[in-house]
Amino acid sequence: MDLTVNGRARAVDVDESTPLLYVLSDELALNGPKFGCGLGQCGACTVIVKGQAIRSCVTPVKAVAGAEITTLEGLGTPEKPHPIQQAFIEEQAAQCGFCLSGVILAGKALVDRNPKPTEEQIHQALSGVLCRCFGHTRMIAAIKRYAAGRTAILPER
Amino acid sequence: MKGTSCRDLGLRIRDSVVSRRALLKASGALIVSFSLDPTDAFGQAVATLVGSPSKDVDGWLAIAADGTVTAFTGKCEIGQGLYTAQAQLVAEELSVPVTRVKLIQCQTGTTPDQGVTSGAQSHPQNFNHSNLALAGATAREALLQMASKHLGVPVDQLTVRDGVVRHHTRKVTYGELIGGKKFNLALSSTAKRRHPREWTVLGTSVKRLDMPEMVTGRLEYVHNVRVPGMVHGRVVRPPTVGATLVSVDESSVGSMPGFIKVVVKNNFVGVVFEKQWQAIQAAAELTATWKHGPSLPPQASFYDHLRTLPSRDTLQVDSKDVEANLGSAAQVVRATYLHPYQMHGSVGSSCAVADVKADSATIWSPTQGVYPQRDSCAMVLGMPKDKVKVIYSRGSGCYGINGADTVSYDAALLSQAVGRPVRVQLSRKDEMAWENFGLAFVVDQRGGLDRDGNIVAWDYEAWSATRGGRPGYGQPGNQVTGFLAGFQPAAFTPRSPAPPPNGPFANGQNVVPSYVTGSRNGVSGGTGTVKSERMLSRVVESPFWTGPLRSPNRLQNTFAHECFMDELAARAKADPVEYRLRHLRDPRLIGVVRAAAKAANWQTRPSPRTRNTEPAARNLELGTRDLSGRGMACVLYEGDNGYCSMVAEVEVNIGTGAVAVKRLVMALDSGPVSNPDGIRNQAEGGALHGVSRALFEEVTWDDEKVTSVDWRTYRTFPVGFDIPMLETVLINTMDAEANGAGETSITVTAAAIGNAIFDATGLRIRQLPFTPDRMKAALGAN
Repeated sequence: MDLTVNGRARAVDVDESTPLLYVLSDELALNGPKFGCGLGQCGACTVIVKGQAIRSCVTPVKAVAGAEITTLEGLGTPEKPHPIQQAFIEEQAAQCGFCLSGVILAGKALVDRNPKPTEEQIHQALSGVLCRCFGHTRMIAAIKRYAAGRTAILPER
Repeated sequence: MKGTSCRDLGLRIRDSVVSRRALLKASGALIVSFSLDPTDAFGQAVATLVGSPSKDVDGWLAIAADGTVTAFTGKCEIGQGLYTAQAQLVAEELSVPVTRVKLIQCQTGTTPDQGVTSGAQSHPQNFNHSNLALAGATAREALLQMASKHLGVPVDQLTVRDGVVRHHTRKVTYGELIGGKKFNLALSSTAKRRHPREWTVLGTSVKRLDMPEMVTGRLEYVHNVRVPGMVHGRVVRPPTVGATLVSVDESSVGSMPGFIKVVVKNNFVGVVFEKQWQAIQAAAELTATWKHGPSLPPQASFYDHLRTLPSRDTLQVDSKDVEANLGSAAQVVRATYLHPYQMHGSVGSSCAVADVKADSATIWSPTQGVYPQRDSCAMVLGMPKDKVKVIYSRGSGCYGINGADTVSYDAALLSQAVGRPVRVQLSRKDEMAWENFGLAFVVDQRGGLDRDGNIVAWDYEAWSATRGGRPGYGQPGNQVTGFLAGFQPAAFTPRSPAPPPNGPFANGQNVVPSYVTGSRNGVSGGTGTVKSERMLSRVVESPFWTGPLRSPNRLQNTFAHECFMDELAARAKADPVEYRLRHLRDPRLIGVVRAAAKAANWQTRPSPRTRNTEPAARNLELGTRDLSGRGMACVLYEGDNGYCSMVAEVEVNIGTGAVAVKRLVMALDSGPVSNPDGIRNQAEGGALHGVSRALFEEVTWDDEKVTSVDWRTYRTFPVGFDIPMLETVLINTMDAEANGAGETSITVTAAAIGNAIFDATGLRIRQLPFTPDRMKAALGAN
């Protein structure tokens, strides 16, 4: 099966009903998306497909064949983080960090389609994402920081 | 106590009356005030808390020729920011840039044995005058001596900065002095440490060194450990509590793709497949027959049930005049507080990787204690412990003993059975149904007031239910996997009545409220002024596994104490803050109470707000839907490990019963602040975790099994939730010892919210969580 993950074409040999998460973790050795519940309830396995933050633990791999799949690794690197990742660093918006695929990618998907989200819209986008270290305040601040920075540079584009 | 078996260890730890500070000093080669006999149970309890860390500089530090410092620590990063704080500590003591410090965390055979990273003990043990801090200070003095010889200049004429020792224009680097060589030097108790007033690295908000890797998905968690030849296991837990295995039909999964093996050991069952998804499907398909155990006690009457069980009783303090003083008091107030089982509920279910060969084993584990995991896992494997290596690998935040240790046994057993490296991650249900829950509590309080409303006597009697716990160095049966594989949990031996209190006062579980003197043998160790005091703890057997959950027992006791203190203040018609201050004598506890009250702009008046005491129906008639109120709570965590107070502001919707927490203002004093932003992050997370536990979290069960097994049935709140404003006041007490901080704010949150609900509504809700149904029932009865 052919996939496009973080801009690279990847061929994998798996049962096509396998949830995307296990393909990303075990076949492609990606660390970003994580198994939290396997039920689509927590967000730790989140990836972006066609601009939408989706739950890879309940998405069969065949459903995303041919689509561009972006994991947390696909945004930036430790040396050159994506602006939303930089915003999380600035706000120190994590503790254990296990939930970050859900928090960052749900935040990015929201802001990319709605550059000036209201507080309520941010809450809505993160209404299915859990962080049990409860870094909520800083995470919301980081998403707002990303949105503000993105808006500030929009006119230059 | 000599000759006591390991099986009594859990009880001995709970009964231990020696303070953690005393343990620390005994372990830190500073003051040995009592003998530490490793053959007795108390000695073993100490060992589990603090381990037996190296007494030599080389056990803690190495400096390479390029000046890079490698520090070895037995206290690990579990999301609390400790990697960064310890790097700051080493950088500070050695005068090197923090970026030049690398930490090796928790690997058996490589790092010091510091027991478990738990109990808010990392700062007390590694940032005071022992262990890692003392290693840094000893090394710095040794390096200055070497530089003195090298440069031919007395030490007092040398300066050191960024790992370079200078005398005017001449200089020598650490790398040149010691690079690649051993110090061969014992930790020096006289080594002079950097005072917080001199700090340039500690005391600053150094950003988390691991954050760039975390936010970009590069950090390797244990879930991402990939060993060549690794296959995937999944466990099959019993369907009900207490069920035992009758038979397993291997053929039910034997023809599924990727099949390797069905593994059975006593009641332990697991499957091993080539791929993870195959193992997950097979675990669901496997046909196993189980014999059900006895029915569980009904949840509806569980708190009353606890009172009927045989108990192991401990008196923390007993002035022996409580009944007399209650009898002669102008008023006696009685109340019972109820706290449910709650779970760690890590966002990632627990995972481990094991590579067990015929004569050796390597375990990649998110355990909080690699040496206890090594020793107990060796028992599970039937292998000498020196053949087992445990490598700490980051997990999902644990908040105490989640599934980290038990899944390490799972991986070890499955790997041993198939002779290949095996990765195991628990299902959400297996994590939630079988983890070691935080304890359920019933607390009866009685308080006597004199004619002026002052407290003249305080009586506490509590029942808490326990089973198993941390495995320590020799009790794998304290965890579900060890038990299923044939080991027993710590034995339970009832003991009633309790023996008289003995030994020095300690308040490690916050059994003793802040407002009494905490006296033993005429010496007061508590923080308050009330002399007439009796605190009796009754431990009973739990049907479910239990273990330390963030602020274990301290939270349950503090909920009961701080709400009851509010009840006494209300009965005395006194302002809750003024009333607390009236009964406190510890200046630092008084300090945090005043600081939070000031920051919250606390209005001095008794609770409840008078206009809010109208019946709910009347308020609805008047068009009032949301009643607002504020509450205060405070604690000296563990009796000696960090001060915290909190003001909560809430709104109670009297139509729906929903409680909205609008604002939390905290004040913390944990001694010198290592990293201001780091402690704020912990205080904020702890406070919101406390809100979740106060409003939503409760383990549920039916007559045979746990029924709170996912995020629909065990409630918490998501990142997108209407969270309170958080404000943290840090009191940086630079001449005090370093205390823990990460468990302080969560300890007071439920009580502060409960007191605010009372202020808002005049209703005292004495059972957690404060659910809308519970609130509505109380509002309806009003």
